[in-house]
Amino acid sequence: MSRRARWVVFWLGGLGVAVLFVLAVLRLPEFGGLVHPYRDLSVPAAMGRSSPNVVSSINFDQRALDTLGEETILLGSVVGAAALLRPSKDEKEQLAKEEGRVLEATKLLGYLLLPVTLILGADVVTHGHLTPGGGFQGGVVLATGLHLLYVAGSYRMLRRLRPVSWYEMAEAAGAGAFVVLGFVGLFLAGSFLANVLPWGTLGDLFSSGSVFALNVAVGAEVTSGVVVLLARFLAQALSVREVK
Amino acid sequence: MNLLPYLVAGWLLLIGCFGVVRSRDLIHTVVCVAIAQSGTYVLLLGIGFQRGASAPVQGAPGAVVDPVVQALTLTDIVVSATVTALLLALVIQISKRAGTVDPDELDELRG
Repeated sequence: MSRRARWVVFWLGGLGVAVLFVLAVLRLPEFGGLVHPYRDLSVPAAMGRSSPNVVSSINFDQRALDTLGEETILLGSVVGAAALLRPSKDEKEQLAKEEGRVLEATKLLGYLLLPVTLILGADVVTHGHLTPGGGFQGGVVLATGLHLLYVAGSYRMLRRLRPVSWYEMAEAAGAGAFVVLGFVGLFLAGSFLANVLPWGTLGDLFSSGSVFALNVAVGAEVTSGVVVLLARFLAQALSVREVK
Repeated sequence: MNLLPYLVAGWLLLIGCFGVVRSRDLIHTVVCVAIAQSGTYVLLLGIGFQRGASAPVQGAPGAVVDPVVQALTLTDIVVSATVTALLLALVIQISKRAGTVDPDELDELRG
């Protein structure tokens, strides 16, 4: 399609969408208003199952099946990206002999923040049912925190301390654990992903039943998934070379 | 104005599509797709917002905003991030095979 034809299609389609969108928005409930029927149903349900962070309760209990779909998308895209980014026939992994110099201040800050970030990530994952956070958010913190090794140290050090095959296994295990917990619910309560573990006391670390367990499973999967993704992209940028 | 947040969402969607059409570089295209998708975050959070209400965590004073749309937004962000990663991986492959990332130079079929 020529550029001109593309613009004609875009303006026709864009104008159509804009008109329909404005017409739809005019009939929406008022912004900032008081009517929120979903909230009125989901908040008491979350409290009744000892999960003070309502968003986590929705994600891992009330609509946990959707979250299974979501983490399957994550798994699929990591597998897809890893397949696309593996070295081809005429490419080989080669580490550069010389690595750039890192400022002393960057090193100091990086090594100081590395344990802090990892603990923070673990905290966000394990307290997902109590405070804002959860497996997805904490997983990203853990995975990116690990890469302080690269920022403050070197690519060689990151490769030594981050065996990608372990993370590939951990990712599969996290995704599998979610499905296993789903079947546990199916056999014990008759519905897939039913919250069958004891709910405990509102506010305790080990409370809210399977929300806690699913959070940890998703945290493991997201951490490993992001680590594997970043490992592939970093390898493309730093070590995969064409061999003649 | 009461409609403004919803209109911002629609604007983000359309300006993202505009960027895709105008794009001369596939990395730019991927960023534009992410922007178009971020319109849905604004729309979802806008629908769940209530003036003066606080975050949906127990212990918050008074009314809370709608947590269901927040959970949907979280799902949306995860999907957006994974799609972006997959698209960027595709761009790397295209750049290696075709030697260019300009979509206009990629229009002939290759056997």
